[in-house]
Amino acid sequence: MTTTAIDAGSRVDEDTAGEQLFNELIAQDSRIEPRDWMPADYRKALTRQISQHAHSEIIGMQPEANWITRAPSLKRKAVLMAKVQDEAGHGLYLYSAAETLGTPRDKMTEDLIAGKARYSSIFNYPVLTWADIGAIGWLVDGAAICNQVPLCRASYGPYGRAMVRVCKEESFHQRQGFEILLELANGTPEQRAMAQDAVNRWYAPSLMMFGPPDEDSPNSQKSMEWKIKRFSNDELRSRFVGMIAEQVKALGLELPDKEIRYNEETGRWEHGPLDWNEFKEVLAGRGPCNAQRMERRREAHEDGAWVREAAAAYAEKQALKYAQAA
Amino acid sequence: MSEANASATRITPGNALRPEDIALLETGPDDAVAQYALWLGDDALILAQRLGWWISRAPELEEDVALGNIALDQIGHARSFLTYAGRAWDKTEDDLAYFRREPEFRSVHLVEQPNGDFARTIARQFVVALYQWELYSRLVDSSDPTLAAIAAKAVKEVDYHRDHSIQWVLRLAQGTEESRRRMIAGLRVTWPYVEELFTDQPLNDELGDAGVRPSSLRPSFDAAVGIVLDEAELDVPEVPGAIGGGRQGRHSEHLGYILAELQVLAREYPGASW
Repeated sequence: MTTTAIDAGSRVDEDTAGEQLFNELIAQDSRIEPRDWMPADYRKALTRQISQHAHSEIIGMQPEANWITRAPSLKRKAVLMAKVQDEAGHGLYLYSAAETLGTPRDKMTEDLIAGKARYSSIFNYPVLTWADIGAIGWLVDGAAICNQVPLCRASYGPYGRAMVRVCKEESFHQRQGFEILLELANGTPEQRAMAQDAVNRWYAPSLMMFGPPDEDSPNSQKSMEWKIKRFSNDELRSRFVGMIAEQVKALGLELPDKEIRYNEETGRWEHGPLDWNEFKEVLAGRGPCNAQRMERRREAHEDGAWVREAAAAYAEKQALKYAQAA
Repeated sequence: MSEANASATRITPGNALRPEDIALLETGPDDAVAQYALWLGDDALILAQRLGWWISRAPELEEDVALGNIALDQIGHARSFLTYAGRAWDKTEDDLAYFRREPEFRSVHLVEQPNGDFARTIARQFVVALYQWELYSRLVDSSDPTLAAIAAKAVKEVDYHRDHSIQWVLRLAQGTEESRRRMIAGLRVTWPYVEELFTDQPLNDELGDAGVRPSSLRPSFDAAVGIVLDEAELDVPEVPGAIGGGRQGRHSEHLGYILAELQVLAREYPGASW
């Protein structure tokens, strides 16, 4: 088939009209839906962001699943299982949202396994004690909520709607994490020390979850123009610091940062310096658990290939059977 | 009579009975009923422990969710049965789960079996789910109202486990050559442990109408298995049954490792609350 001059011309018209409508919708703070026209860069940026988010949920299952079989009470075991299961659910909604932009889930999974796609660096740190399960809930899920609540208003409809449900479940997880730490902080001296040690280890990585400082975050500007992102990395980080600085008092624990203060002039919470070199190292694949997490995901995917093939073959045979019977 | 007591004993199928309600019952079970609750609670606990391993390792995300959900249901059943059993001896669910030694557990060998590949897990799930469904369907008529109430909640959940495992037996048996080979192998290694599920024990004589006699469940279990395996064009494996002993505290070699992992943290900090 050849493209005629008329076809090409009408496509240009469609693009112009589409772009105009897209810009209007963004300006009105309205929503872009899957069948709407959108700029190629918008589609690409969203696909990258949503799939990274989905991968983070899926890789993020591993560090916590590490404690399911050892949870210290049956109630905690049930709660932890439910939490990790929720994360699989979040991964599923997010992959579905990303699929509406035209990339199939299989392709996203392949990219993850091939090391082409990223996921949140925080999951490359090891989960060493039971208190880490509390600290992850409180700090990591807490940071995720600060990041994700504004995403409920993201300009892309399927993403924003997925985030509404994700945020509800995340805030439940954060309270569970806080409760684990509270119990430990009020427990035996060893339990209290375990809780403090976990907070010490997870504090800085959780602050770095918001991404590099604004001056080093080149993609943010475009994302804010498109109303995917609503607040800058530093602004969200500052809100999070303010939140945990208060909450840590209720725990009777300390944050490992003596420089936390509220700046009256800027209206922002400030914190001590973060080791961005470490952040870059972990992002580049040199975190303590990068290789382990990827290997586990690859292994689950490869070991499960025969099951997926069987399910597909069975579905095909069933469809054929119904077609013949009809 | 307290509110909790009233709600736990007048419970009708459909109302959720929580372990917290059972802990508040004014009177606990007698020793025989408590021993019986240990059987059922330990089966559910050890199975949940095995299934929990799959979360983050399943062949597809949907299965991480499904197997996680089944594990979660089983933990729920374990908590209710163990809480109830513990009322006879002034012990909590966690005392029983974390501070008993291996010979004090009453789980059957089937639930202790390794996960193996997905087909082996499905074979074990298929047997357990069909067995538990037959069992709980009968236990809802127990003369012990708490056991009846726990069963009334559990049977509805196990009905989904049954459906899940049956669908997978059919898919794997009739999917590809490889999946069929694995499904047959999975059923074969699982089948020796079926017999123990249906072996009556002296305790059954003491229980009267409070419990269900295991042997009485066999005909309906066999019939249900037959229907599925016929459709899957598979044979019931012809393998000798293994001598069990789980109900007397004589376990498979696997249980020691399962408990080592399950109990390690709680035993490292005895007396701590979590």
